[in-house]
Amino acid sequence: MPLAAAADQIDYASTAFVILCASLVLLMTTPGLALFYGGMTRTKSVLNMMMMSFGAMGVVGIIYVLYGYSMSFGSENIAGIIANPFQYFGLNGTVDSVVNPFGYEGYGNIPELAFVAFQLTFAVITVALISGAIADRVKFSTWLVFSGLWVTFSYFPIAHMVWGGGLLSAAETSLSSLIFGSTDGSANVAPMDFAGGTVVHINAGIAGLVLALVVGKRVGFGKVAMRPHNVPLTMIGAGLLWFGWFGFNAGSELAADGTAALVWVNTTAATCAAMLGWLLVEKIRDGHATSVGAASGIVAGLVAITPACGFVSPLGSLVLGVVAGALSAIAVGLKLRFGYDDSLDVVGVHLVAGVWGTIGVGLLATSTGLFYGGGIDQTVIQILIALCTIVISGVVTLVIALALKATMGWRVPEDVEAAGIDQGEHAETAYDLVSVGGRMGAAPFGASQTSSTGSKNLEGAQS
Amino acid sequence: MKLVTAIIKPHQLDEVKEALEAFGIQGMTISEAHGYGRQRGHSEVYRGAEYTVDFVPKSRLEVLVDDMDASSVVAVILKTAQTGRIGDGKIWVIPVEDVARVRTGERGVEAL
Repeated sequence: MPLAAAADQIDYASTAFVILCASLVLLMTTPGLALFYGGMTRTKSVLNMMMMSFGAMGVVGIIYVLYGYSMSFGSENIAGIIANPFQYFGLNGTVDSVVNPFGYEGYGNIPELAFVAFQLTFAVITVALISGAIADRVKFSTWLVFSGLWVTFSYFPIAHMVWGGGLLSAAETSLSSLIFGSTDGSANVAPMDFAGGTVVHINAGIAGLVLALVVGKRVGFGKVAMRPHNVPLTMIGAGLLWFGWFGFNAGSELAADGTAALVWVNTTAATCAAMLGWLLVEKIRDGHATSVGAASGIVAGLVAITPACGFVSPLGSLVLGVVAGALSAIAVGLKLRFGYDDSLDVVGVHLVAGVWGTIGVGLLATSTGLFYGGGIDQTVIQILIALCTIVISGVVTLVIALALKATMGWRVPEDVEAAGIDQGEHAETAYDLVSVGGRMGAAPFGASQTSSTGSKNLEGAQS
Repeated sequence: MKLVTAIIKPHQLDEVKEALEAFGIQGMTISEAHGYGRQRGHSEVYRGAEYTVDFVPKSRLEVLVDDMDASSVVAVILKTAQTGRIGDGKIWVIPVEDVARVRTGERGVEAL
């Protein structure tokens, strides 16, 4: 819960920085993630894949303004699990407020709405990340309803628990205080999650796993080749994700200061190392370093450094990154061994690298890390918050997924899936590769063709 | 009249076209095709999963020629399309009953 601050001492540099970072994080989802995922699907389902990101944007953006912010960061804590959703309903009471979320001395006062904007984008991308696990086969309507339910019952509570002063934070009433004790109202061993290893990546990763299991495999999974239809789109998406991630990680400092600069360097160092780590595993295992591997390694590195980016050194980041890349490259093969269709490897990348990053910061944190002589406590609490997130998100996702399965249903009909979900769900196809054979259909609602502007232009062009 | 159809490697196409032009062939039709012969397809690896791509990209070239040119045209294509490596393609010749030029209405050899 952000600390209130006096309105007349606004820190303009930090305010500009946070608003800009919020915009960068938005770029990660639309279009970064949409492109990254879209390129990896088949030709017939790329639009649906991209629409899952855009759809999550719409639903979560609305909910965040209504009650999401209040439920995550309100000051009225309910059992350490959520904050009162109605305290700041519709962002009431935040409009003229100035906050200093980390209580910096002498700087870092930002408008509360800048903080809201930044956090809104996090909720959006976390939901969008899950979509990769259930590509090509899910009703768009069910996905939108899931987005709203999941962000409400999994994301907001975990965001509150970790960042809003709840059970997984360093608050006096937190799990850590319970185990390791507290001094002056904060836990002796503060859980570390700088930018969302638990809240964003473990949360989305485990949700992806549960959804892949409940929703089931695509028709022909394991028998038919389902190769990425446009690898350059995936590369563009990975590049945009990387760029946007500077907002995600450095912005999480919520002030334009030295730590933000350290975070930028750490984010880059870890990501470079992860990309090469992934490629090395591929070269040894498959004989080739691939472009999809480079794009995936980038994301694995970004995920792993997310919880650690403000707590480790640039050298520590290299270690964290190279391990993340190699681990994820190995982990993406698990779905074939265990036979679950996590289509675009949300588990292999986000869950595995997210868990590694969250635990890795316990080893590599320069202040309290095991490798820096800080003892085992930090690592223990890191494992605990990772486990708690897995359990909470896993159970909540399972309940929502089964409820939707029993009511709306998840899957599009098998023939629609085979013919292409783009056409079945959205009445569109991504690529007009054959210029012959199309014709104007009847205009909707009985209107004559000439009453629609688009048709008129076509008619004009023909005559 | 004969129809010469050649399935060749796409990157040999320019060379074949130039050689046919030099020989005096005035027109041809090209289409993108996919297929395999004895070489089968190739394999691709995405995130460690190996996919066999059976149908590899080929160019399909069609030329209508006078009976007496058919064998030479085949020879020209053979010479220029050949790399000696697997997957060079195939050429076949079939008889054509009639040909018409749409613009002028000319028929038979006149229309070639």
